[in-house]
Amino acid sequence: MTISLEPRNSPPERLQPTGWLKYLSFSLDHKVIGLQYLVCGFLFYLIGGSLAGAIRVELTSPLSDFMPREVYNQVLTLHGTIMIFLWIVPVVNGAFGNYLIPFYVGARDMAFPRLNAVAFWLIPPSGLMLITSYFINGAAQSGWTAYPPLSITTPAAGQIIWILSVLLLGGSSIFGGINFIATILKLRRPGLKLMQLPMYCWAMLGTSILVVLSTPVLAGTLILLSFDIVANTGFFNPSLGGNVIVYQHLFWFYSHPAVYIMVLPAFGLVSEILPIHSRKPLFGYTTMVFSIMGIVVLGLVVWAHHMFTSGTPPWMRLFFTIATAFIAVPTGIKFFNWVATLWGGKIALNGAMLFSCGFIINFVLGGITGVALAQVPFDVHVHDTYFVVAHFHYIVYGGSVFVIFSSIYHWFPKFTGKMLNENIGRLHFILTFIGFNLCFAPQHWLGLNGMPRRVAEYDPQFQLINQISSLGALLMALSTLPFLWNIFQSLLYGEEAGDNPWNALTPEWLTSSPPPVENWEGEAPLVLEPYGYGRRDSIETQEQKK
Amino acid sequence: MPKLSATLTLISSVILGIGGVWIAYNVDMLPLGASMNAPIYDELYRVLFIIGSILFIGMTALVIYSLIQFRRKPGDTDDGINLEGNITLEIFWTAVPAIVVLFVGLYSYDIYDRMGGMQPLMHDHSAQMDNQAERLWGGIGSGPIETASSNNSSSLPIELTAMQFAFIFHYPKEDIITGELHVPLGKEVNLKMESKDVIHAFWVPQFRLKQDVIPGQPTILNFTPTKTGNFPIVCAELCGPYHGGMRSNVIVEEQEDFDTWLRENSKETV
Repeated sequence: MTISLEPRNSPPERLQPTGWLKYLSFSLDHKVIGLQYLVCGFLFYLIGGSLAGAIRVELTSPLSDFMPREVYNQVLTLHGTIMIFLWIVPVVNGAFGNYLIPFYVGARDMAFPRLNAVAFWLIPPSGLMLITSYFINGAAQSGWTAYPPLSITTPAAGQIIWILSVLLLGGSSIFGGINFIATILKLRRPGLKLMQLPMYCWAMLGTSILVVLSTPVLAGTLILLSFDIVANTGFFNPSLGGNVIVYQHLFWFYSHPAVYIMVLPAFGLVSEILPIHSRKPLFGYTTMVFSIMGIVVLGLVVWAHHMFTSGTPPWMRLFFTIATAFIAVPTGIKFFNWVATLWGGKIALNGAMLFSCGFIINFVLGGITGVALAQVPFDVHVHDTYFVVAHFHYIVYGGSVFVIFSSIYHWFPKFTGKMLNENIGRLHFILTFIGFNLCFAPQHWLGLNGMPRRVAEYDPQFQLINQISSLGALLMALSTLPFLWNIFQSLLYGEEAGDNPWNALTPEWLTSSPPPVENWEGEAPLVLEPYGYGRRDSIETQEQKK
Repeated sequence: MPKLSATLTLISSVILGIGGVWIAYNVDMLPLGASMNAPIYDELYRVLFIIGSILFIGMTALVIYSLIQFRRKPGDTDDGINLEGNITLEIFWTAVPAIVVLFVGLYSYDIYDRMGGMQPLMHDHSAQMDNQAERLWGGIGSGPIETASSNNSSSLPIELTAMQFAFIFHYPKEDIITGELHVPLGKEVNLKMESKDVIHAFWVPQFRLKQDVIPGQPTILNFTPTKTGNFPIVCAELCGPYHGGMRSNVIVEEQEDFDTWLRENSKETV
């Protein structure tokens, strides 16, 4: 049976810009939008990274001597907000999701191409708005959590711009989530069953459910907060009878799932990369699917573990301890399955593989400290300290950002038709891995010994460890240079990649590199076994189908 | 051959287990413990550290071993084995973490209970039977149950008011107001906290205790100091530009010294 999906929604070819100009246009091609997300996200990553550098410079000495204290709080607020809302969330969801999901389901584009372009084009203006708020009376300075009453009492202009830009970014995220759910469930190629989809589709389905369920709660909360700021209402303002704890509940109802919005897609991407570079099927496909859905369900009922030292009754502390600790079970299943995927394979030690394995090691440590932090009695000592800073950077940098780099090494040949230099890739990995661990591992000790987070000054006894941490940050900054060199060098003079340089089985490799508009010259290939490595016949049948 | 690999697995697991315990007992990352719940906390910390070290070293070793042992030889274009899963293994690594997590959860419940987390928060019920009482939240660390229940009237009530960027302590009986917290050794302190402006947090690393100080909602923290000395009080919740400088000290002293201090200071106020 053949159903061809007519490109009814696309404007005539001649109206779309060609060449590099299309990346600056309101293009409806999911591949163009995916790359727009990726490059835009990376530019914001460089800005957020520079802010992190400023923080680490300030912390090389115990005194607040590098920048004014107000500016320090603005820098840490912008760093958190940019890294979460403008780098990791848009890239692991928007960039790779848009590029890969239509291939994986065998569609010619996303379900709603125009909504897709709108979702992307909300990002650059809100990002610019957020950053330029620094020049209008100062940016927000109440942290990315914006807890009232601090967010109500700090200068209003910066806080309101922060709220507006997070609202727009949240809107973009919701549009994307709806689009992914519709595409995965409704645009699947005839003959392709849900349980035959590559794992990244499941990860994106789970993530998008979380986005659609929880982001509106954040939006509502921030709108109420903005009323408190501009209209003097008293939703969260205790001097007007409001309740600050309610804000924390509503905020974390989104912001804990936000962690899964940042890591679940990364789990999906790793599940695509490991089988290809170790030439083995993904181990335990079915349990992987169920563990993703388990994380989605549990992820919605753990938010109050961020509030163990707020006013929280004992029963609530216990419930959220148990619920949080149990997330370790489905997460653990995924890690054991990935190691089992490596076991007995023929592993290529290239940039993609090394970054994925670095992710496994980093994330296991972040997960262990996460289970520890879920225990109320443990948390009351280390909550709001550098222990927590270390923990979540192991999750979002050691986890998600390592996977983003791994994915760039893996899919660059498909994006551009050029190979990256693997030796420079290995150098990039070694610098990043050492720099990252040097920066964040010592922070566990800082937190346990009494250094709170979000401070510009600290006890002199912590200076040496802070300087080691800053040295690690410098190494991380330097590691960007070989990466950028590799990208530009390969774009200009890179070796031609061919259609399928990794000899992979997933559908995006069964077309040209870069793929044509609408993805395939003829009919979309029917890939029933995306992980059928180790069986000669599976490759041959798919070649025939192509 | 399977026998050999089984033996090797067993040996490496035993080494891993011993290694984890050794690390947890020899890498000391905690500051001095100076309150009644510090030793209880350190016990939990040690158990978590043992489990964490075993898991982390085990997983890292597996990944590095796989990368070396199964690396692709140059010129080899074949695939690895076609192994799509193993239901026994899946059950094994679902059940074992579930049991470990359940154990950790129950164990930390026990720790929480021993720290007094499940105890009623206010010992002095008569003063707190109004509407406020049910909104008094927080409060871990009334110490082991025996101490908490032995003699309620023995606890020392102190009121803490936090504001940008200072802690202010008030001793209601003597009507002393001070910026530094003086407490007697071995006596339970009942700290009732409220903030004047934004959210702050009261943290004494050596006591292993932290509680947010919230505007519009009093919170309670009970602790019993067990070592004399001068320990930092740290604000742990971002409260504005001088958040990093919002510090004070808790001075734990012998009962006589504390009484002297009380006398001297109440004279000044009289």
